[in-house]
Amino acid sequence: MKFLPLIWATLWRKKFRTILTLLSIVIAFLLFGVLETVDYAFAHPSQGQSGADKLVTINKYSITLSLPFSHARQISNLPGIAEVTWLTWFGAYFKESKNFIFALPIDTASYFKVYNDDFVISHDQMLAFSNTRTGMLVNSALMLKYGWKVGDKLPLHSTIWTQKNNSLDWTFDIVGTFDAKDPLQASQYSTTAFFHYELFDEGRSFGKGTIGWLNERINDPSDSAGMSSKIDALFANSPNETKTQPAKEFALAFIKQLGDIGFILHAILGAVFFTLLFLTGNTMMQSVRERTPELAILKTLGFSNNLVLAMVIAESLLMCVIAALIGLCLSYLALPIIKQGLQGVELSPRALLPGIGVAVVLALIVGLPPALGAMRLNIVDALADRH
Amino acid sequence: MTEAIVSLRNVVKEYQRGKQTIEVIAGLSLDILKGEFVALMGPSGSGKTTLLNLIGGLDRPTSGEITVAGQRLDQLKSGALSDWRANNVGFVFQFYNLMPMLSAQRNVELPLLLTNLAAAQRKTNAMAALTLVGIADRAKHKPNELSGGQAQRVAIARALVADPSLLVCDEPTGDLDRKSADEVLRLLQILSREHGKTVVMVTHDPKAAEFAGRQLHMDKGTLLDATRVAA
Ligand SMILES: Nc1ncnc2c1ncn2[C@@H]1O[C@H](COP(=O)(O)OP(=O)(O)OP(=O)(O)O)[C@@H](O)[C@H]1O
Ligand SMILES: [Mg+2]
Repeated sequence: MKFLPLIWATLWRKKFRTILTLLSIVIAFLLFGVLETVDYAFAHPSQGQSGADKLVTINKYSITLSLPFSHARQISNLPGIAEVTWLTWFGAYFKESKNFIFALPIDTASYFKVYNDDFVISHDQMLAFSNTRTGMLVNSALMLKYGWKVGDKLPLHSTIWTQKNNSLDWTFDIVGTFDAKDPLQASQYSTTAFFHYELFDEGRSFGKGTIGWLNERINDPSDSAGMSSKIDALFANSPNETKTQPAKEFALAFIKQLGDIGFILHAILGAVFFTLLFLTGNTMMQSVRERTPELAILKTLGFSNNLVLAMVIAESLLMCVIAALIGLCLSYLALPIIKQGLQGVELSPRALLPGIGVAVVLALIVGLPPALGAMRLNIVDALADRH
Repeated sequence: MTEAIVSLRNVVKEYQRGKQTIEVIAGLSLDILKGEFVALMGPSGSGKTTLLNLIGGLDRPTSGEITVAGQRLDQLKSGALSDWRANNVGFVFQFYNLMPMLSAQRNVELPLLLTNLAAAQRKTNAMAALTLVGIADRAKHKPNELSGGQAQRVAIARALVADPSLLVCDEPTGDLDRKSADEVLRLLQILSREHGKTVVMVTHDPKAAEFAGRQLHMDKGTLLDATRVAA
């Protein structure tokens, strides 16, 4: 510890160079923090314990193609199926297109039987929802975000569904709020609002009687693969073939359509850190080489070879870890901004410990060669400028 | 005060240059008494620095015995030699070799980092050493804010701060003007006379050598007039 002021002073021997080096490490770790968090979010789309007993059935050829309503009844007759419900993509925004609202038409009775343990909704508000044709249950975070209150009329603009009067504008009555029971799923529902499928189906000018996809709850969560193929077998060779998956896999597959994000993120990080390694390594090497006379003096004064080695490594660690911490903190501050760009994707700062680990490894790789050089430095040769 | 603090017997130092072996110190014997101020002179390449490095424990002889402050240096491994240096010898070089980013006081404190002294005590001792060399008022200055003579006095303070019995100086006035050189030499003289330090100084300057109590002349790795070498 008493060597710290000496190491610190040495680090700042050339201020400008040290600031540049620190800055490049800070930026690399800012990127590391952001990309690792995003990557984690994509690799673990649903962290809730619930969901293992849920299946999703979509049109075999595309999620954008609809299915006939009759599929729901056929599936519900299968042994092993506990409940079935159906949904359609409504695609809404509030006033401006950047205010995306995941308004979801639900068949109220069956939806809350499939998701029988996922939401916290007060009994009174649930009753009000059931009794109000134009009723809407809004996620409480969403209410807060726009300052809505129960009792408000809520105009939403659908990007797809016209009403009979050709208008894309729909109006709902906010009758209550809901929360996800599992806090880990909270962000997944942060833009969600439920309204009645009947209102939707009666109101829309086309596509009546069709559904977008189905969600099932099965009795035996361990048999999700078996039940999936049984459902798909029901509609094999029909005009409306289906593709059924466990809900978790479905979410993952949906995200993977965006490309192999993990690979891209890691490729970027790899390139950044590879560059950083050379940049910082070179700087360290150069700065230690410039200090040869000083290192020789320390050894002359009785600083042992091991102490000199430790001091150079400590200097490298100090620089890398401080810069990494700054970078990771900045990435943490940037999370809310990224969260807005990735609606519904769960983001939590998980990069801190791995980040510090990477910083330590970086410091060792970068610091070891000059440290060994400093350790092996022969005093007599160095003093005579013969190194 | 007739005890020898430095004692060399048949010391040989060879360097390997390619396939060639060069004998830089050729079977040299020498005694230096406690409190002596010795000037070591001789033509360039005669082995003065090499001899000084051997006495100061920076280097080890190829053969022969070197005893300094009661310790056989030729038998010490490099780690032990490093510890020994910290406790027994102070070094002064031609170009001061101060740490550019540290203040004078912090430079002087450096050897004390290897002791168990607390921070406050280290500072007190460093200031005492700076006072002894007459430069306490420059304690907060960085080396590049000091004149050559001042920087060399800081270097002497650093050499003194751990209270070694031996000071080893390689051309300490080689980079100084006459006036600063004389001040530094007088300081070395006082350290030897009044503080009992043994000073071994390499110099090319006959005037500087006159400050010493004894002059030794080297040529081709041997001493020319080693008048006081014991039998
Ligand atoms: N590490 C080494 N490797 C090879 N040769 C060396 C080494 N150290 C010293 N020498 C050689 O030994 C001889 C004596 O060197 P030394 O530095 O002791 O001379 P010096 O008397 O101090 O000279 P100067 O007055 O120029 O400082 C020189 O020829 C030098 O080249
Ligand atoms: Mg020399």
